[in-house]
Amino acid sequence: MQKSLNINPDKCTGCAQCELACSYESEGVFNLSKSRIKVFKFHDEGRFVPYTCTQCSEAWCQQACPVDAITLDLATGAKIVNDATCVGCKVCTIACPFGTINYIADKGVVAKCDLCGGDPECVKVCPTNAITFVDANWTGLDKMRNWAMKTDSGSQASA
Amino acid sequence: MKYVIIGAGPAGVVAAETLRKNDLSADITMISGEGPYPHSRMAIPYFLTGRIEESGTWLRKNEDHFENLGITIVDGCVSHVDTAPRKVTLDEGQVLEYDKLLIASGASPLRPPVPGLDRPGVYHCWTLEDSRNIVQRAAPGSDVVLMGAGFIGCIILEAMLERGVNLTVIEAEDRMVPRMMNQTAGDMIKKWCLKKGVTVLTSTRATSVDEAGGKLSVSVDKGDAVAADLVVVATGVKSNTGFLEDTGIKMEEGILIDDNFCSSDSNIYAAGDCAKGREYGSDSWVMHAIQPTATEHGRQAALNMIGVPVTYQGSLSMNVLDTAGLISASFGKWDGVGGDHAESIDQDNFRYLRLEFDDDHLVGALSLGRTDRIGCIRGLIQRAKPLGVWKARLMANPNLVAEAFVGLSQ
Amino acid sequence: MAWTKNVLRVNLTEGTCTNEPLNMDWAEKYLGQRGLATKYLTEEIDPKVDPLSPDNKMIMVTGPLTGTCASTAGRYSIVTKGALTGAIACSNSGGFFGNELKNAGLDMIIFEGSSKKPVYLYIEDDNVQLLDASELWGRSTWNTEETIKANHGDPMIRVASIGISGEKGCKYACVVNDMDRAAGRSGVGTVMGSKNLKAVAVRGTKGVAVKDGARFLKAVAEAKQVLVDNAVTGQGLPAFGTQVLMNVINETGALPTRNSREVQFSSANDISAEAMAEVRASDNKSNLVATAACFSCTIACGRVSEIERTHFTVKDRPEYQKASGGLEYEAAWALGAATGIKDLDALTFANFICNEQGFDPISFGSTLAAAMEMFEAGDITTKDTGGLELTFGNAEVLCTLAELTGKAEGFGVDLGLGSKLLCAKYGKPELAMQVKGQEFPAYDPRGIQGMGLTYATSNRGACHLRSYTVASEVLGIPEKTDPLESDGKPGLVMAFQDATAAFDSAGVCIFTTFAWTMDDLTPQIDAACEGDWSTEKLLEIGERIWNLERQFNNAAGFTAEDDKLPQRLMKDAAKTGPAKGLTSKLEVMLPEYYQLRGWTPDGVPTNETIQRLNL
Repeated sequence: MQKSLNINPDKCTGCAQCELACSYESEGVFNLSKSRIKVFKFHDEGRFVPYTCTQCSEAWCQQACPVDAITLDLATGAKIVNDATCVGCKVCTIACPFGTINYIADKGVVAKCDLCGGDPECVKVCPTNAITFVDANWTGLDKMRNWAMKTDSGSQASA
Repeated sequence: MKYVIIGAGPAGVVAAETLRKNDLSADITMISGEGPYPHSRMAIPYFLTGRIEESGTWLRKNEDHFENLGITIVDGCVSHVDTAPRKVTLDEGQVLEYDKLLIASGASPLRPPVPGLDRPGVYHCWTLEDSRNIVQRAAPGSDVVLMGAGFIGCIILEAMLERGVNLTVIEAEDRMVPRMMNQTAGDMIKKWCLKKGVTVLTSTRATSVDEAGGKLSVSVDKGDAVAADLVVVATGVKSNTGFLEDTGIKMEEGILIDDNFCSSDSNIYAAGDCAKGREYGSDSWVMHAIQPTATEHGRQAALNMIGVPVTYQGSLSMNVLDTAGLISASFGKWDGVGGDHAESIDQDNFRYLRLEFDDDHLVGALSLGRTDRIGCIRGLIQRAKPLGVWKARLMANPNLVAEAFVGLSQ
Repeated sequence: MAWTKNVLRVNLTEGTCTNEPLNMDWAEKYLGQRGLATKYLTEEIDPKVDPLSPDNKMIMVTGPLTGTCASTAGRYSIVTKGALTGAIACSNSGGFFGNELKNAGLDMIIFEGSSKKPVYLYIEDDNVQLLDASELWGRSTWNTEETIKANHGDPMIRVASIGISGEKGCKYACVVNDMDRAAGRSGVGTVMGSKNLKAVAVRGTKGVAVKDGARFLKAVAEAKQVLVDNAVTGQGLPAFGTQVLMNVINETGALPTRNSREVQFSSANDISAEAMAEVRASDNKSNLVATAACFSCTIACGRVSEIERTHFTVKDRPEYQKASGGLEYEAAWALGAATGIKDLDALTFANFICNEQGFDPISFGSTLAAAMEMFEAGDITTKDTGGLELTFGNAEVLCTLAELTGKAEGFGVDLGLGSKLLCAKYGKPELAMQVKGQEFPAYDPRGIQGMGLTYATSNRGACHLRSYTVASEVLGIPEKTDPLESDGKPGLVMAFQDATAAFDSAGVCIFTTFAWTMDDLTPQIDAACEGDWSTEKLLEIGERIWNLERQFNNAAGFTAEDDKLPQRLMKDAAKTGPAKGLTSKLEVMLPEYYQLRGWTPDGVPTNETIQRLNL
């Protein structure tokens, strides 16, 4: 059974430990600006929202990539950026309407959540279980994906 | 069912794959004008810099990809199309019959009416062949003139600088990247280029290219002629539709398609750079020669060809450009529709963001010097519901685009 | 590793910014943050300098663990000679600013001199600029933070700034970062204001590396588990915040009430954590809307509050009808119990204003309490206050005066003096509940004896965060001692002081010490930092820091005479509760403390001590 990140903003305290773990896992340093998950803070509402790629089936990034650098990890369902193939053209970064694939200037490639190969570090360090890794069917992913976006109904039909 | 696809760019390739995915028994032939391994023009600048090998430009990395999918690639150029009986004839005389035809023949560079562009040492930057020629000529210390400061011109600028050439950019319009950037952003890009040691001549037209003393000489309408070892012409593109002459298929600058990607001939579809289809959020028909539109077109056109009716929501214009390290992006109606706009400028640090609204919907944006979660701008533009409280917040601080998108959707 | 080994020196007089390498010999002896910056400051300034003169310096400093994934490792401090006290000042803040500073590749910023015009320091990794702040001058910390983020087009910039109170010389102005986190005490914001430095804005993307990543992650994971398993850091603070203490301390009989005339507040429950969480019948909401953590914190004691929309403080002011930093225990005490006010939303509003204009709610509340006592005694009249009735329990007056103090207008100018100067001005110096000019916080030394010695000997003036013996005397951490008993407290205070100095210097939050001993911190430091680190070495560093701070204060002119509590605590016995009939036994504890410290009976470190600590 494939698993997905399930995020419950109501439980998030905004501590950014997920971002620290993510940046360390992917870049070997503690650096929020290198994290593929980001906690958005809505100060005036007292709301914290951890936010990362949902590995959506539309895979806008993968579709837009001109050099086939983004591939599907069949084991985890993650869309993975192959650093050696990515030329850094950044088309995926504007094509992804969620803004969850980003250009890393010092490496000249894009980066996104790869689910850490099936054992996400962000989940392990979250102190409040705001981020959990659960069976894909439970996550209400559809709800997340359907947010009022009416573009490209065709891709939904083909999904 | 016999499907023929003219063109093996992103639109053609995605269409072929979508056809196969949805119809295991289909007979699929894709005509490539540039060899057996469909490649990506988007990747050519990176081939120019030496960052990737030729194979790095391939749209699909596995050599057997198309063979494995049972997609036949025919190498050749289309001479003409007959709509009854339905067949495609190649230059070499080969004839391919089709039940459904997809035209994804792309575009070619425009050659402006400047005398001397046929001289050796003058190239477009369009094909792998072009880039091989450019690489050969652009030796360190050589003089290079870039005609046209559009998207392609800018994207190869860094490749040229990396090779250590003396670079002069000539642009007829009053700013750089005029079709993607407004005056403010275009000027900032120009300032950036000047800082990088590039000579930028805007509002300047090349009048002729001559040879003088073993070098080329580019005459301009203002000031002295510019000496060059290499001239790269990048002044826009036109769609490849010459082979459709006499078919009666309705054309404007490209092949007119309906919301199901069908041309005026019910068996002929079109997708990508050669197609003129609906623009997102409007009733206008547009040519958007961009990668995301090409793949979206390719996929949805293929579904319609198979008989899965998919209504196109329209192409959202989107570009992202790296001009020697300064990253810019444009989305949708970046030049506005007469509604409110919000702007954030930091000249010293080359950061700029402009948002264009229609009532309380975001309809377009321009950005400079920003890469973080830039895709959220697309998300905001293509979201059906109004921005609500975020309209005022974005008006006050347009940089909150990602916050707005997440705040509205979570 | 762990240190960036890079110091930014900003000369505000000259308008220059220069980088210099961190003195690693000093890092070895003082670790980082509080200790290391104190070493720099004491080497660089004359202890007798006027805190508000250009010759005073102000250091913003991170610790070696700041920016790592160690729990609570986002702290930074501001070290300077305090405007409120004239003593060494070190104010520590959480939020995310410290991490950003470290990620910009800086261990510390040393500000020296004074700018002719208002400026702010903008740092984007190696791009460092002093920029004109004339447009920002006169704005609140909230507005300053928003404006800087908007002007630079980057919502991820972190800002530490002063509000109007810091500009106008309120003696206990603080430096506020991330909207509601503050380097709060001793008037560090006043010093910043005197330098015409409005804000420091940072965007750092360089990352923080550690010596042995695998060992560090393991040590961090183990230490986090210790926090989770502890009742205070794993349950009490996450569930209730620091406000968990309100009812506990009140029941202990150590909640200073109405300017310490009493030690219990009958309305304590109305302003407690429980009250914050209570759902109101009127609008079906509670004061508390969320729990907020600082950078990398597993505890998350922070509270986010919203005031009821119909409350008098906000009903016509939509700009305050939103969530912001809620009451911490110390603020709730100072704004509430100390002033006899039980209106939770009024306290929340006053607390918002403290954050917005950047001044310390402890000193403000305590100073107001002293003013109320003098008003009731007739020493201060409505002529002085502009017509305001400064009676204990008056919530409207609290909120009005918070705003006036924040903007240094009307009677707010007097309140901005702090209790020591205010009470002197109105002829009742004994009514100022302060030590070395700094108001003491929410624990009455008559009911918690160790806190009397803590206040009296705290190097930055009265403070609970220098040796929080409440942990032992009330909560039983690491072992229970009797709060009413003075025996053994000098040793306890000293041990807490030294350990706290080391924890502060590492870059982590002092709240971890509810659960962690030095043995939990050592493996994290040893895995992160180059060199070899042991618990003994860290404890010695703590003691060295304490003595260095003391030496500075002595050189600044402080003597044993200044290690004193207000008369009231020494002479007026507690009237109610477990401590009924007791006064502080400071006079018994202090000589023993000096002796344990290796100081002379006059409170001066002996040569032997100086040599032993390699000072």
